[in-house]
Amino acid sequence: MTEIKKDPIHTISILVANKPGVLVRVALVFARRGYNIDSLVVSATVNPKFSRMTITAKGSPETLDQIIKNATKLVDVIHTSEHDPSHSIDRELALIKIKNTPAFKTAVVKHSKKYHAKIVDDTDKTLIIAQSGTTVELDEFEGILKKLGVLEYVRSGKLLMARGKEQT
Amino acid sequence: MTKSNTQTKKQINGAEALIKCLENFGVEYIFGLSGGAAIPIFDALVGSKIKLILVRHEQGGTHMADGYARATGKPGVVLVTSGPGATNTVTGILTAQMDSIPMIVLCGQTITSMLGKDAFQEADISGITMPVVKHSYLIKETNTIPRVIKEAWHICQTGRPGPVLLDLPKDITSAPFTGDTLDPEMDIPGYKVPGKPNKNDINKMAKAFKGAKKPLLLIGHGAVIARAGVAIKKLAEKLNAPVTNTLLGKGAFPETHSLSMGMLGMHGTAYSNKALVNCDLICSIGSRWDDRINGNNAEFCVNAKKLHIEVDPAEINKIVKADAYVIGDAREVVEELLKLVEPLDTKEWLKELAFYRKEYPLKYSNDKGLTAQNVIDTCYKVTKGKAIVTTDVGQHQMWAAQFYLTDKTDYWLSSGGAGTMGYGFPAAIGAQFGKPNDLVVAIVGDGGFQMTLAELSTAFIHKLPVKILIIDNKYLGMVRQWQELFFDNRLSGVDLEGNPDFVKLAEAYGIKGFHIDKVANCERVMKEAMDYKGPCVIHAEVIKEDNVFPMVPAGKSAHHMIIEAPTTKLEKPTGST
Repeated sequence: MTEIKKDPIHTISILVANKPGVLVRVALVFARRGYNIDSLVVSATVNPKFSRMTITAKGSPETLDQIIKNATKLVDVIHTSEHDPSHSIDRELALIKIKNTPAFKTAVVKHSKKYHAKIVDDTDKTLIIAQSGTTVELDEFEGILKKLGVLEYVRSGKLLMARGKEQT
Repeated sequence: MTKSNTQTKKQINGAEALIKCLENFGVEYIFGLSGGAAIPIFDALVGSKIKLILVRHEQGGTHMADGYARATGKPGVVLVTSGPGATNTVTGILTAQMDSIPMIVLCGQTITSMLGKDAFQEADISGITMPVVKHSYLIKETNTIPRVIKEAWHICQTGRPGPVLLDLPKDITSAPFTGDTLDPEMDIPGYKVPGKPNKNDINKMAKAFKGAKKPLLLIGHGAVIARAGVAIKKLAEKLNAPVTNTLLGKGAFPETHSLSMGMLGMHGTAYSNKALVNCDLICSIGSRWDDRINGNNAEFCVNAKKLHIEVDPAEINKIVKADAYVIGDAREVVEELLKLVEPLDTKEWLKELAFYRKEYPLKYSNDKGLTAQNVIDTCYKVTKGKAIVTTDVGQHQMWAAQFYLTDKTDYWLSSGGAGTMGYGFPAAIGAQFGKPNDLVVAIVGDGGFQMTLAELSTAFIHKLPVKILIIDNKYLGMVRQWQELFFDNRLSGVDLEGNPDFVKLAEAYGIKGFHIDKVANCERVMKEAMDYKGPCVIHAEVIKEDNVFPMVPAGKSAHHMIIEAPTTKLEKPTGST
């Protein structure tokens, strides 16, 4: 037996028919095989008949192969693929609410360029910061702000697109 | 196309459009039970060419549709109402999904404005059944009915077949149908059916056969569904390769053929399991390496090349890593493969297997009284092996698989994947509707039969000459066997003492009853019953404590096969069930 190792994170892109109930069918394929979905983004594509799901989930590669095959088998699923980060671009969006103090503001401004962050709401008591970037950039910036004290944190989950001619 | 709507002037509603589409598909029977939300659909059946078979419980209806589908190869159609009517179909849908049976389940539903509001007899049946259907629809627009039923009809029987459910709100079936055609284009861009098998894959597989000294062909249900029997016979004879079959593969290759080793697996013949252990190449034709035959993957055919012919890409490498595989319809693939393979020298191998066959035959003894094996063997001999046999699940099923050899596709109907007790009798009714001129025998257990026996009414009313052979040991015998072998004979939840008098029960339904309780009267009564014109129950009281052997304990490989009753204590099995 191999020792317990951390399951790798996979990013799976699924093109589906834009219909009610499709999300449930896809989610069942993951849940039944013990894959916990870490993030999920669904939106209509250029053609409103179809939607694109981008799912990140943890688990063994063998199980993932089964999941991709079984998701592909669903009648409402057009196409399923796992994406290699070197051939794709991915982004996440975060909204972060912090106390509005001079110290916080300075910290945000100091890091804003590196982490593509922007103050989008500035009230007496609180600031809301919007950040878009890679998963690593979001994680790092979250770390910095957490030390100061974060009131609320909302994150979109990963969006992904294949580079060049390859279709997502 | 003349089929497309020659719009009669009469306005039709959604339900009538639905039934007209089914008529156009050539549907002969609908197995159904009515209810409020489904009344418009039942109304549309008045005067239809389709015959409605009113069942006594929706589960029975699904198994009838399933039996009809397995016996004829055509989809079976079920019609039920919303709520409990719909939920009662779930077991039958699971049974069909696990065994890849083409089936359409039409469920009435509450009106759309009440969906999700806990209306009377509302159940979210499309939600409940999502994990056990091939596909399903909740229909929200009357004019989409023809497209949806056309898609459902196509999906349920192509590729790997399976059940498709339609959830039909009452306002949708009642509303006028104003579409232009009953034969519209389908819109299922995501539905994938395997095309022609890949030539390179077939070449690779043909090469893999070269030099094999101990080949074994493993025939599964996919071969039955694809009607691959003729091609498989040619392949086996050309290769001189022995053939074994799964429980559901029975009939795709004649079990009376000299190359047939019979069924393999947990309760397969000893010689087929010996073949499995000793082969140097195994080629699965439409089998998914189920845990009943695989047991323990780490020890499964470790020294053999594993080849896989499979219609469903998701089965490739799911259980067994294939050395070569071809995705496609079993018949098409085998026909192509046949052109490329060369005969193999298997003389020694066949000699070795002949030795096992002689050394470890299937056998039974009458020392302790009438056995189930004896009854089934007698049934086999009296019917000359020509009956369509359906079974329930448990000991009698395994004995039937062992002793009622199947030579033809569609003559063995049994719930394999789901293991559904209560399947056998209603499935026999469905099979008899589909094949009115065949002798249909339901071999059922006393436990399973009592789950769906209400359909005795259906058999009586339609004068269906099904023969119901009840193997009565007054136990849930397979569980009792496990408790005896693996749980220190601590019997729990298996005692069926107090069963009804099955002959009297049959008579109450107007059905003839026969009784067998001795070796001495077994053959005579069996003959009488099989010659009887009309439905009958044959109540066979057999010895209470008997076990099915050979047995491979769950979770173990075929190396660990127990051929005869063990004298030492066995450890608890690690496999699922």
